[in-house]
Amino acid sequence: MRLDPRIFQVFVKAGLWLLTGFTLLILVFIIVTISIKGLPQVTPSFLLQEPHDMGRTGGIFSTIVATAYITLLAILLASPLGVGSAIYLTEYTREGWITRIIRFGAECLAGVPSIILGLFGFVLFVMKLGFGWSILSGGLSLAIMLLPIIIRTSEEAIKAVPPEYRLVCFSLGLSKWQTITRIVLPCALPGITTGIMLSVGRSLGETAVLLFTAGAALRTPVSLFDSGRTMAVHFYILAREGISMPNAYGTAAILMISILLINVVAYSLMQRLMKRYT
Amino acid sequence: MKKEAFIERVLLFLALSSISTLLLITVFIFLEGLPLMAHVGLKKFLLSSHWAPTKGHFGILAMIISSILVTLGAMVLGVPLGLACAIVLAEFSPEKVKTLLKPTLELLAGIPSVVYGFLGVVWLVPLIRDHLGGPGLSLLAGAIILGIMILPTIISISIDALSAVPDLYRDGSIALGATEWQTVRRVVLPAARSGIITAIILGMGRAVGETMAVIMVAGNALKIPHSILDPVRTLTSNIALELAYASGRHREALFATGIVLFVIIVILNLTATFITRRR
Repeated sequence: MRLDPRIFQVFVKAGLWLLTGFTLLILVFIIVTISIKGLPQVTPSFLLQEPHDMGRTGGIFSTIVATAYITLLAILLASPLGVGSAIYLTEYTREGWITRIIRFGAECLAGVPSIILGLFGFVLFVMKLGFGWSILSGGLSLAIMLLPIIIRTSEEAIKAVPPEYRLVCFSLGLSKWQTITRIVLPCALPGITTGIMLSVGRSLGETAVLLFTAGAALRTPVSLFDSGRTMAVHFYILAREGISMPNAYGTAAILMISILLINVVAYSLMQRLMKRYT
Repeated sequence: MKKEAFIERVLLFLALSSISTLLLITVFIFLEGLPLMAHVGLKKFLLSSHWAPTKGHFGILAMIISSILVTLGAMVLGVPLGLACAIVLAEFSPEKVKTLLKPTLELLAGIPSVVYGFLGVVWLVPLIRDHLGGPGLSLLAGAIILGIMILPTIISISIDALSAVPDLYRDGSIALGATEWQTVRRVVLPAARSGIITAIILGMGRAVGETMAVIMVAGNALKIPHSILDPVRTLTSNIALELAYASGRHREALFATGIVLFVIIVILNLTATFITRRR
C-alpha cells in the first residue's frame, strides 16, 4: 500500500526540522559549554595580568596585546587593498576578462587553506625577507587571508547603492571620483564596515597562519619585529600541551564571545543596509 | 581629466596586487617543494607510505589516504545535516523564523577551529574511546568535527541555490496537485542541483584544508588506517606538526606536502567554478 503523499510529507518535514534542531543544538552546546566552564575564570586580573609559568598561572594580557597588534596591522593592510579592488571591480570596469580574472583570483584566494598561507608567510616573510617570527610577518600573512572577505563584502555593499544615485551625481557635473568618494562610499560604508568587522572576527580565531609566522613568544610585544602569541594560539598551546585547563577555558570563552559579538553586530549592520535600499 | 585617469590606474593596481598574492603563494610553495619531489621522485613521494624525514624517507601516501577518508567521513555527516537545514530554511520556514535562524546558524562559521578541536578532545574523543573502543583520537573523531565545521559553508551556499529557483516552478508544481515535499524533491532540488553540488565541493575544500581541529582530535599516527577508530595524520596535520623544527630536505618535504594539498584544493575550486559557470 502506498502512503498518502500528504502524510508522507508530515514525516519528512518533521525529520528535516529535527535535523535543523540538532544543528542548532550543536551550536548551543558549544556556546554554553565554553561559557559555563570559561566565564568563571574571566576576572579583571585574568585579563590584565601577564601569563606566568607558560600560562599555568597568571592572566593572558600579553596575548591580548599581541592579538590586537596583529589584527590591527592585518586590517590596516588589507582594507585599502580590498576596498580599492572592490571599487575598481564595481565602478570602473565593464564585466570582461580583467574582472573575471580578478574575481576568480579572489575566489581562489578565499579557498586557500590557512596552513598554506602559514607555509607561504613562513618562507617569504619569516625566512626570505628576514622578518623572523614577528608581529609584522603575522600581520602580513593574515592580511592575505582577509583580502577576499573584504573584497567580497565591499563589492556587495557598493553594488547595493542604487545606480540612480550615480546618475544624479553625473548630471550635476560631478566627476567619477567625486561621485565615488562623496556619494557611493558613504552609502556603502555600513556594508564595508561589516566586511572589516567580519575580518576582525576571522583574525581573532585564526591559528594555523599565525603559529608559523608570528611565533608563540609569551612576552608582551613592543615592536613590529617582536614575536607575539595571539589568544587563539595561546589557547591551542594551553589545551594541546595540557598546561592549564581552567586557563584554556577562560581564554576560549573570551575569544568565542568577542567573535560572536562582532559577528552579530556586523550582521545587523548589513541587515540595516539591505533594508535601506530594498 | 588627468586626475581621473590616474585614480583609475591606482585602483587597477590595487586590484591586481590583491590577486597577485595568489600568484606569489603558488610560486613560493612550488619553488620550495619541487626540488624534493624531483629528488625523491614523484611516484615514490606519492605512493610510498614510509615517512621518516630524518632518515631520508619521504612517502606521503598514508596522509593522502587519511585526508581523503576524513573528508569523505565529514561529508557523510555534513551533507545531509547541512542540506536538511538549507531545505528547512529556504522552503519550509516562515519568513520570520528564517530571518532569525539563518544568522544564528551562520554563527557556527565564527567559532574558531581551535575551539572545535578542543571540544572534540574534551567531549567527543572520550565518548568514542568509552563506547566504541580504540584510542578515541581517531579518523571518526576527525570526520565528525569536520562534518560540523563545514555545515555553515554547505548551508549558506545551498540556501542561495534554493532561493535562486523561481517561484513559478513551485507554483506550477503545487497547482498540479503535488505536495510541498514532492515539489521540493522533484522540482526545486533538481533545479538547484548545480548550486548544491558547488556547496558540497566547497565544503570538501574546507574539510581537506582544515588543520588545527584535525590535529587535536585525529591522533596523528603515521599509518594507513584500517578502521574508523584508528588514529590518522592528514596532509595538513603533517605540515603543522613538523614545520616548527624541520630544516633542509625535511622542510622541503613539508612544502611538497603543501603542493599536493594545494593541487587538491585548486582542482576542487576549479570544479566548483566550472559547475557554477555552466548553469
